[in-house]
This record gives sequence, C-alpha cells and structure tokens, in this order.
Amino acid sequence: MEEMIPKKQYAPGEHPEMPPPFKTKGAGLWLQQNLFSSPTNIVLSILAIYFLYKMLPGLLEWSLLDAAFTGSDRNECRAKAGGACWAFISERLPLFTYGFYPAEERWRVDLSFLFLVISAVALLWEKCPLRKPLMVFAVFFPFIAAFLLLGGNGVKLMVVLACTAVVLLLLYRGFSSAFMMVLALVVAVLAKYAFFGGIGVPFTDIHATQLVDLNQFTQLNLKTVSTDLFGGFMLTLIIGVTGIAFSLPLGVLLALGRQSNLPIIKYSCVVFIEFIRGVPLITLLFVASTMLSFFLPPGTTFNLLVRVLIMVTLFASAYMAEVVRGGLQALPKGQTEAADALGLKYGPAMRLIVLPQALKISIPSIVNTFIGLYKDSVLVIVIGLLDPLGIGRASLSSTEWNGLTNEVYLFVALFFFVSCYGMSRYSLYLENKLHTGHKR
Amino acid sequence: MKKTLLAATVALTAMATTAQADTLEDVKARGELNCVVTTGLVGFAAPDADGQWQGFDVDFCRAVAAAVLGDGSKVKFIPSTGKTRFTLLSSGEGDILFRNTTETMSRDADLKLSFLPVNYYDGQGFMVPKALGVSSAKDLDGASICIQTGTTTELNLADYFRTNGISYEPVPIETNEEARPNYLAGRCDVYTTDASGLAATRAAFENPDEHMVLPEIISKEPLAGAVRHGDDLWFDIAKWTVLALIAAEEMGITSENVEEMGAAAGDNPNVNRLLGLEGDFGAMIGLDKQWAMRAIAAGGNYGEIFDKNIGPETALGIERGLNAQWSDGGILYAAPIR
Repeated sequence: MEEMIPKKQYAPGEHPEMPPPFKTKGAGLWLQQNLFSSPTNIVLSILAIYFLYKMLPGLLEWSLLDAAFTGSDRNECRAKAGGACWAFISERLPLFTYGFYPAEERWRVDLSFLFLVISAVALLWEKCPLRKPLMVFAVFFPFIAAFLLLGGNGVKLMVVLACTAVVLLLLYRGFSSAFMMVLALVVAVLAKYAFFGGIGVPFTDIHATQLVDLNQFTQLNLKTVSTDLFGGFMLTLIIGVTGIAFSLPLGVLLALGRQSNLPIIKYSCVVFIEFIRGVPLITLLFVASTMLSFFLPPGTTFNLLVRVLIMVTLFASAYMAEVVRGGLQALPKGQTEAADALGLKYGPAMRLIVLPQALKISIPSIVNTFIGLYKDSVLVIVIGLLDPLGIGRASLSSTEWNGLTNEVYLFVALFFFVSCYGMSRYSLYLENKLHTGHKR
Repeated sequence: MKKTLLAATVALTAMATTAQADTLEDVKARGELNCVVTTGLVGFAAPDADGQWQGFDVDFCRAVAAAVLGDGSKVKFIPSTGKTRFTLLSSGEGDILFRNTTETMSRDADLKLSFLPVNYYDGQGFMVPKALGVSSAKDLDGASICIQTGTTTELNLADYFRTNGISYEPVPIETNEEARPNYLAGRCDVYTTDASGLAATRAAFENPDEHMVLPEIISKEPLAGAVRHGDDLWFDIAKWTVLALIAAEEMGITSENVEEMGAAAGDNPNVNRLLGLEGDFGAMIGLDKQWAMRAIAAGGNYGEIFDKNIGPETALGIERGLNAQWSDGGILYAAPIR
C-alpha cells in the first residue's frame, strides 16, 4: 500500500484528475458484468452470440438488404429482389390502419388518435405540461372520440359535453356523492336520448326519431360511419382502450363485492367471476356474435362491435377482479382495522387506505391482464371482424399478393410488440414511482 | 319506468314482426344489401388496397344489389368465417350469402337455407410437381399427400384411393397456408384440396409452371349462394338474378352491349324477355322491367365475372371446365325466362 501514495503533495482542490481504477468503467467492464460474470453466463452468452451470428445475416438479408420496397404485385417484387416484399405492406398500410373506414373521412380517425395520445399522456405522465386542463379534456375525450368515429349530429355532442362540464363543475364544488349520482344518471339518460334516440330504439340506429329536432344545425354534423367499416389497428386500439378503461373499475368493484359481507352481492360476484373465468373468450365472442341474435327478437340488430366490446370488457374484468383480490389479501388486516379505528366509513376507508395500497401491489398483474386483453383482441377475427391480423389474411387473399405470409405476420407482430412493450415499460415506471420501501 | 318498459317491448315486438316478413322491403328501406362473404379467399372475395371488396362471389352480391336497388355499389359486405356464415344469415344480419359454400342436403334442410342455382362447380383435385412425371391420379400409388385434417377432402381422398386399389401416405396439415411450404419443401409429393384452392396456391408459387393440376376431380363441391327459408319472393329474386347472368352469357349480352341491346327490342325474343322489352317479368318478382339489365351491367354476365376474377387470364388461371355453358360442354344451364 505504501507505494500507492503519490509522492507529490497537492493543495486541497489542486489534485489533477487521475485515470479511474482498473475495471470500473469502459466496455470491458460492461461486457464482464453483463455477459461474462459467471460460468453459466459465459456459456449462455456464447450460445446467444452463436445463434445471433447464425440468424442475423439471413434475417437482415431477407428483410432489408434483398427486399423490395416498391412494386405493384408479387411478381414485380420477385423480379426486383429475392427477399421480403414490403411493397405489399406499404400498399396495404391504409387498410391495415383504418380498415374499411371511408378514405375521405379518415382524418377523423387521425384526430381521435391524436386526442387519445394527448389524454393518455396527461393521465399517465405526472410531469406533463398543462396537466390539469388536459386531464379535464381527457374526461370529455370518450364522447368526442365516439362522435368523431361514428359521426352524427354535432349538436348532440355539444349537449353531452355541456352536461359533462356541469357535472365536473359541481363535483369540483364538492357536492355530495348522492347528488352527483343522480346527476350522472340524468346525464346518462340525456346522452342516451341525444345519441341513440328514444328508449326502445336499437342502439345502432343513430338516425332514429328524436325528441327535439336537432337536425337544423347541419354544419356541425359529421357523416355517419357504420361500425362494421372499422378495422385494422384502429379496431385493436378501440377494443384495447375501451377494455382497459372499463375493466379496471369493474374489476375493482367485483373484487370488493367478492369480499363483501352481504351474501347477495358476494355470491353474485363469485358466480359472475367464476363463470367468466370458466369460459374461453372465444366462446363468449361466439355467443356475442351468434347466440345473442337468437335470444333477441329477430331483426333486432345490436351492433356487433358493441357486443364485442361488452364481452371483452366483462372477460377482462373477471380476471382483473381476481388480480385486485390478490392485492387486497396481501394487505394486513390491521390496515382496515386502523381505518375503522379512525372512524372512516366503508367508502373512504377503501378509497383512502385499502385500495391505494392493494392496487399498487397489483400493478404488475394488472398490466399483465391489460396486455393479455390487448392481444386477445385478435380473436375477433373468428366472428368476422377484421383486426390487423384479419386484414392481413384478407389481403393475402388478393390475387396480386397471395402467398406473402411472412411479411404480414412479421408486420403485425411488430405492431403488437411495440404497443405491448410500451405498456410493460410504463408499468415498470409506475412501480418505481410508487416504490415506497416495501419492494423486495 | 313501467311505461318505458312497455314502450320498449312494443317497439321490439313491432320490429320483430316487420323484420321477418319481407326481405325485399327491408332491403329497399335500408337502401343497402347485406351480403355475407368470406373473410378472404383468392379470386372469390378479398378487399383491394382501397378496402373495396373484389371477387367472384362479390360480383354476384353486386348483381343482386343492382337488380334490387339499382346500384351495384349499395352492398354492405359482412365478412364471415366458416363457423359464423350460416348464423349471420339465419339471424337476419345478412340478406343473402355468397361465400364459396357447398350445397348439401343437411345445410338445405337442417340449417333451413334455400340454395340458389350453383354458380361454381368445384371439386377436389391433385397438384404435383411436373418433375414427378405423373399424368393421372391413378399413377399416384405410394405417394405422400399433404391433406388438411378434419375436412371432407380427407374422407374423399381415402375413398378414392380405396376404390382404385392404390395406397398413399397422408401428411397431415392444418391450413392452406401450411400446405405451401410443406409441399414446396418436398415433404409431400402431392397436395390435394378443392381445385380452385389448388389454382390459388399454385398461382402464388415462385415458379408455377413447374407444377400441374391433375385432370381427375374426385368429389362434387357445387358452390352456391343461399338465402333463408321462408321468404319465397326474395329467393326468387336472388335465384333469377343468378340465372339471368348465366342466360346473358348464353345470349351474348355483356356489360358493354347491354345498354345498346336493351334500348330497343331485337329479333331474339329470349333477349327481349330478359331485358324487359317483352312481357313484364320483373313485376313477377317485385322488381321493375330493367332488373336483369342492371344486374348484367353491374359486373358483366357470368362469363365476364368468371374471366375477370378466376379465369384463364388471371393469376389463378382456372379453365371453364364444368363451369362452361351447356352448349360449350359445361353444365351451366339456365332455365328459360318466359
């Protein structure tokens, strides 16, 4: 140790910068720590590098170097290059994105997507600039998006938005929750009238008779687009976002209901959860698409997309309920008892003490369920809704592009990977943010 | 609350009774024909880059829409899988079905469908590499054959080989897409499925000329459109629209000359009757005199539809074969319109 001490003495703060000690930075250290830290890791790393060496050149060659990016059919692609034919994907990109949505109305989908991104950023990211006003916007978003996507009478939208604004304002002023419930009910009924016409009119029939003639303000109207023209990524996002947004609150309610002391609530929740969990989603979708038409009077066309959204949401909420129940059970009983001791009623005790902790514990499983739900949306192809995979298969059936399966599946896989990986990263961020010392 | 419930019930019952009665009126009121098609089958129905449906089945939907509504573009296509197609029709969501569907007795009687005249005679065939050097299915003794499991093609194959006293080795596969790589990699010598499917698979090969479809067709797969039981007027409209397209080809009426031929009565009374220049046949099926003219103008006569979507000039390259007019050696035979 003696000789390590430098001979020259420096005044405090005058010491020149020395090179870092051996193996505390640099590529070598990173390699050693991350790839070659133990014999098992050395073997695994070498194997992985070997496989990459075998696979990557071929994949790159096929997907990029020897690929055709332009062309009007398969044979033109083949004449140009021996690898992938991305001209197929680029020609079909609008179809993959919007499904059969009319071309001149597609700006509405783009606008809804922009609004979705704005709302999502505001809701999910704490440091978002202008967060408060944007969060208010997020409350209005579902109505605006539904109006944009479906089209219809602009005045009805205004009515609904105004009602929502009033509710928000009153909520902000701190009116009692019972009053708010009544108001919410009134708004719901008004919205029903505004959007779907009178009671007893099928949900799909947006043009049904109105109580008031709102059709005089035609400049606010958008052309009606039927939901069976929805498809592609747009459809996946609609199913995913709706399912995610509704399954969590529903799941929390079911989980709390299952723990309730009131037998009726408890057992109806148990029966619901166990039934839904006991049946595959694909069966529920079949029920939604075929059986319901037999139960309902003939001729009642209950919008297929709405049926699917309901089924997917119910399915995910049953799983969500069990996830949340896991979180609830992980909490020590002392937490509820402490809440009782403080004199909190059931509602505030759950809202302020139990649920924040239970939900925090459950984040990884909740996001797991979300991702599962999002990916399950491709199952809608069995009932004839064309999600990206369905669009891909239908496109493969065109005479020009028949046979280019690899390109389609790779492209759709990429889309799902990007969105699911995004969700998974966000859940990690959330876990770290809420990490308050319990994490092991 | 009671009042609203009552109102709802009344409204629902009212809808129930109107919906069952009259498909023609429903379609006219809606201004749109709901046509059940496949989610995608090469040549028969598939969306193009603009999301417009194209294909053989699709053109029949458009012809019916043109006859009924006067505009071949007023069709809402309902993509369906093999499992959902019949319920979509019987629940009333679809008005008519054109979905490469084989007419069978159980579907007709048990599923309560009324099949329209057959618009495509398909049948199971064999595809082999030309290098194999066989010219007939009877030479296939001992061959390995790629076959989709759990289908009627599997049973047909077993029957055919047993009848002919030759043996084969099945290579089970799940889907048509799976067949391609297996067949090309030589895991089986032969691929068998419906002849139209073989043509589509072959068209997607890099070198289609190295493969051939053997002349033997070993099963009957008459593909036909269908409507629900119980609405005879609607059935007649659909049936005679299909027959009108077949008859038009026989009489030489095409989408190009139909306007001209329909302008004034000619010498051929058959043509005159079809195009509404003689008699009033449209009125018998609740339509006007020009119903057949519009159906033909929408996508052409049967031959034009065939040639445009699946015929020898397309990538599929299917010969007319059985689907030629009876006068050309096929079995298409439209009943007379008179």
